[in-house]
Amino acid sequence: MTFSMGDLFLILPELLIITAACVVLVLDPVLRGPRKDGLVWLSLGTLAMCMGLTASQVSGPTAIFSGLVIIDAYGAFWKLLLYFVTGLTILLSYSYLKEERLYFGEYYGFILLALAGMMVMVSAADLLTIYLGTELMSLSLYVMAGLKRAEPRSLEASAKYFVLGAFSSGILLYGISLLYGATGSTRLPEIATAIASQGLSDSLLLFSTILLTVGFGFKLAVVPFHMWTPDVYQGAPTSVTAFMAVASKAASFGAFLRVFIEGLGGLKANWSAIFLLLCIATLVIGNIVALVQTNVKRMLAYSSIAHAGYALIGVVAASRIESSSGIASVLLYLALYTFMTFGAFAIVAMLRKGDIEGEEIEDFTGLSKRHPLAALLMMIFMVSLAGIPPTAGFVGKLYIFKSAVEAGMTWLAALGLIFAAISAYFYLRLVMVMYMREPIDHSDTAPHVVMSPTLSIVLACAVAGVVIFGVYPNPLVSFAMQAVLILK
Amino acid sequence: MAHVFFGYFAGMIAITSILVVALRNPVYSALSLLVMFFHVAGLYVTLHAEFLAAVQVIVYAGAILVLYLFVVMLLNVKRDDRYHSQWRIAAFVCIPLSIEFLVLLSGNMEAANHQPVSLLVEPHAADNTLAIGQTLFSTYLFPFEVASLILLVAMIGAIVLAKRDIGENETKDMTRAPGAQ
Repeated sequence: MTFSMGDLFLILPELLIITAACVVLVLDPVLRGPRKDGLVWLSLGTLAMCMGLTASQVSGPTAIFSGLVIIDAYGAFWKLLLYFVTGLTILLSYSYLKEERLYFGEYYGFILLALAGMMVMVSAADLLTIYLGTELMSLSLYVMAGLKRAEPRSLEASAKYFVLGAFSSGILLYGISLLYGATGSTRLPEIATAIASQGLSDSLLLFSTILLTVGFGFKLAVVPFHMWTPDVYQGAPTSVTAFMAVASKAASFGAFLRVFIEGLGGLKANWSAIFLLLCIATLVIGNIVALVQTNVKRMLAYSSIAHAGYALIGVVAASRIESSSGIASVLLYLALYTFMTFGAFAIVAMLRKGDIEGEEIEDFTGLSKRHPLAALLMMIFMVSLAGIPPTAGFVGKLYIFKSAVEAGMTWLAALGLIFAAISAYFYLRLVMVMYMREPIDHSDTAPHVVMSPTLSIVLACAVAGVVIFGVYPNPLVSFAMQAVLILK
Repeated sequence: MAHVFFGYFAGMIAITSILVVALRNPVYSALSLLVMFFHVAGLYVTLHAEFLAAVQVIVYAGAILVLYLFVVMLLNVKRDDRYHSQWRIAAFVCIPLSIEFLVLLSGNMEAANHQPVSLLVEPHAADNTLAIGQTLFSTYLFPFEVASLILLVAMIGAIVLAKRDIGENETKDMTRAPGAQ
């Protein structure tokens, strides 16, 4: 079997993104000075075009390329989210890279290539293709994490991410090869059929499930595979950190849910117990360790670990109920998590202390006196991350806990609620520092927020998402429900 | 007979892999890696995958390993004891894991008795190179192209991270963000 022109049309968004990435890489050495800004607008224009194309593809599943890729509403949901995050990242980077004096045109090329990898991940229906998409995304991120080449911390982040990422890829591949040995295919529908005929007792299947869990656990930054997260998030340039914390997590969840629900759905009884343990460990470690952080980037790193834990509550609940609302709550949670986390990282990125970033909690002291608007936005993002109504964070947690209760796991919802209350301490501490304390430093190098038109767009999008979806989440909820219908 | 060959190749692969991480002189490590690559190629031959075996020798043993050796010799890495202080932790983690692995896979000999799944092409009869080429460029075209992108990213990434004076001309051209206050 081979491919037709129709297949190529269906992956037109991927092709456009890759072409744009190559054009950016080729034009970068040719263009000089302010003309390089053209690369930014080129990337953004391509994203807008792809958004339109993908929005028209929200339809029934179409398998293309011999069933290796599936174009469906589920993939479209993640792709639209990823375009949005990539667009925000490019806008944020435009200001941030200039502040940091990092003039790499390749940066935008890498972002687009990472996006292409993520798109492959969320639309592939074949383990090998998912693996290759993951590698494409990860390799681009390894390089981007080390782009602040003058700073040892950034290089350390890059090296650490690379070594641990390569290690986890190895484990993932081992799992895939054992699964291939047990079922005779790497395609998810065929794996599901093979599992349905073999039953649960096969030890080879069980072992490959464990290996896949470990491999994906690294990408999702779930405890106990989270060790790389704080160091990498802290060392990487902040715009890259925002991209990793949001886009790479969303894409990993997209691929992970498809593999475990569609491919390994027959082994639910086995992996549900594993994820229950991982979920509790993630909630405990993520929230408790975040309490003692003094660096905002590290705190947000632990916060992103904890949020993966909340999303896992939804996954565990989804494995115990028949309706698809459990998985829909995970999709919804990650979409809402995007707005608040990206907004928080955007403010951290543009808080400057002289020539460097002000990323310590004490740099936020008295921010409301100097920059009332920035402090207000940061407060909205923190309140939303803590899950206090009427923000997006509250809506996300509400649906997650609701599906846990539906699954008869009220105690898990209660546990999540307790840790949400604990997390409010460290989120609101930052708000307290901004609003209740007087600024201490009045010199020229005192922390200040560098505003620019592109940053304003980023913050406006993020805060609009947090507030609007906090009050009226229905459109997003119904889109998520429509997207997951395909997985059952 | 096939079992004897498999036992020999698998045993040598296991031993040389352990030597790669256990030996303290990096050149010796690289050489045991070389021996391991050859035995993996041997394993492919017993599976009638001659093309893969040849590629294994040419690409891994021939190209990649020589690059390793060049880097080791250029950097003049003699021996490094720093990373050997963690062997207790490693043993603590590895031994239970290996036991779990053995129990899971050989429990009741279930996995060993697993019938091999049917193959797309009959390896004894088919022309190896032809079969791989046809599958790669028809069924697996999409992942093949994604793999080529991965190589592109790796290449550009290595240049961006390692080239000395990248981005300096631009620093002269541009002093401050136009939009910044």
